[in-house]
Amino acid sequence: MYEITANVCIAPNVYEMTIAGDTSNIKAPGQFVNIRIDGLYLRRPISICDWGDGWIRLIYKVVGKGTAKMSEMTAGHKLDVLVGLGNGYNMEAARGKKIVLVGGGVGVPPLYGLAKRLAGENITCVLGFNTASEVFYADKFAEFAQVHVTTADGTCGIKGFVTDALKDMDYDYYLTCGPEPMLKAVHGLGREGQLSFEARMGCGFGACMGCSCETLTGTKRICVEGPVMKSGEVRF
Amino acid sequence: MKMMLGKVELPNPIIPASGTFGFGYEMAKWYDINCLGAISLKGTTLNARYGNPLPRIAECEGGLLNCIGLQNPGVDAVISEELPKLKEVYSGVKLANISGFSIEEYVETARRFDTADVDILEINVSCPNVHGGGLAFGASAKAAGEVCASVKRVCKKPVFMKLSPNVTDICEIARACEAEGADGLTITNTLLGMVIDPRRGKPIVSTKMAGFSGPAIMPVSLRMVYQAYEAVKIPIIGAGGIRTADDVICYLSAGASAVQVGAHNLVDPMACKKIIDDLPKKMAEYKIDSLQSIIGRAHG
Repeated sequence: MYEITANVCIAPNVYEMTIAGDTSNIKAPGQFVNIRIDGLYLRRPISICDWGDGWIRLIYKVVGKGTAKMSEMTAGHKLDVLVGLGNGYNMEAARGKKIVLVGGGVGVPPLYGLAKRLAGENITCVLGFNTASEVFYADKFAEFAQVHVTTADGTCGIKGFVTDALKDMDYDYYLTCGPEPMLKAVHGLGREGQLSFEARMGCGFGACMGCSCETLTGTKRICVEGPVMKSGEVRF
Repeated sequence: MKMMLGKVELPNPIIPASGTFGFGYEMAKWYDINCLGAISLKGTTLNARYGNPLPRIAECEGGLLNCIGLQNPGVDAVISEELPKLKEVYSGVKLANISGFSIEEYVETARRFDTADVDILEINVSCPNVHGGGLAFGASAKAAGEVCASVKRVCKKPVFMKLSPNVTDICEIARACEAEGADGLTITNTLLGMVIDPRRGKPIVSTKMAGFSGPAIMPVSLRMVYQAYEAVKIPIIGAGGIRTADDVICYLSAGASAVQVGAHNLVDPMACKKIIDDLPKKMAEYKIDSLQSIIGRAHG
């Protein structure tokens, strides 16, 4: 069992939850946890934003019943959580390159733990949001990298989408997480990289085939072979 | 806790249901799967299938809808690649779960498994998620009987027919399978259901209708096991909504000789082990000496 030590709202409908417990199963940034919530049948998969010895930080957006219940939980609440699921980012493949981290909305959190672990490398971050009030963590990323924020309405940073910031940028490797249209657009700009996908999952650990997708290298389960996939294998 | 499933002895009655446990070896990282009564392998067809488009899963009250659509690498790859991987971590009883789109396909797939490293052929005539197959054969006594007879003609291993709850009279279908030589029955599979997203007003899963499983379906499956127990003499594997040792005892009381745990494996990867660990405690509490002795005690 894990215990919530903090659960705070950091942007409209976006919460930062910290849980305490065993983190030995976490192998790489980009992995996720799967949380059982009283009264709901299936677990809720949430990406790991960051972790340390005995603590895990999760950032989630309230999009339905499960995340709404999570947002009402307070410190001291005990949670049944499966930790360290999925295949995270392969950091070795990125080291030594001109790296850009590209996050969109709640796709931003897993890139934070990644940026922290890639600190010292040549990293730039592009974080995309809809509007200024929704921006979170831009200051935290700034500790490790140069940060460009984009907003669709231009109220903060560059007006437009992440691709508007990327098109004139000098980079040779990307690590991205966000909504699928954004992943497709980033992939469409070319170069090598890794993309993290989202799916409705049954189990989250490979038993049900509920989240299988076709790739150029065969059928893959987003919960086991993903959520992070290589640019050379994905098919949009 | 030993149970006889026809001529096959199981160390206990707990079997993870097909489609909720992969090919078994994937689950060995959670616990030693040799504690299981048996394993029903991922549904297999003659040729490889990707299955249905995403989304394939929708949650609902008391369970979930799935429309995986029999994703599998095909029988030859299962025999040459998946079974050896399972053998490395598991030495117990294995049920090959077989689906098809024609009687010929059922027969050919079963024939290949008949000489492979499996113990029981579980013929799935109840998958609601594929067109022109699965349920099309399980919806009538005649068609289910025909599949059963055709498979029995060419196979030596015990044949269990996995029946659908989406039928008017389960007893008629159970009797037809028994008459055609079935060695046992699995009752039942998922119920055909639908979940609509209220915001968009559209079904959530790609096939619109899909198989409903989870604790909410247990009273329906339990009733069908009870009915079938009175209609046939061959052993029955009960399946539908099982989460606890109590649920297992209820199914055995209704007439099952073993049970399959399905949806609950997806919520708790340790589900089957927990039930196996709890059963002796419940047996002591209810003063049950042997599980074999309580089969069908709900009758009369």
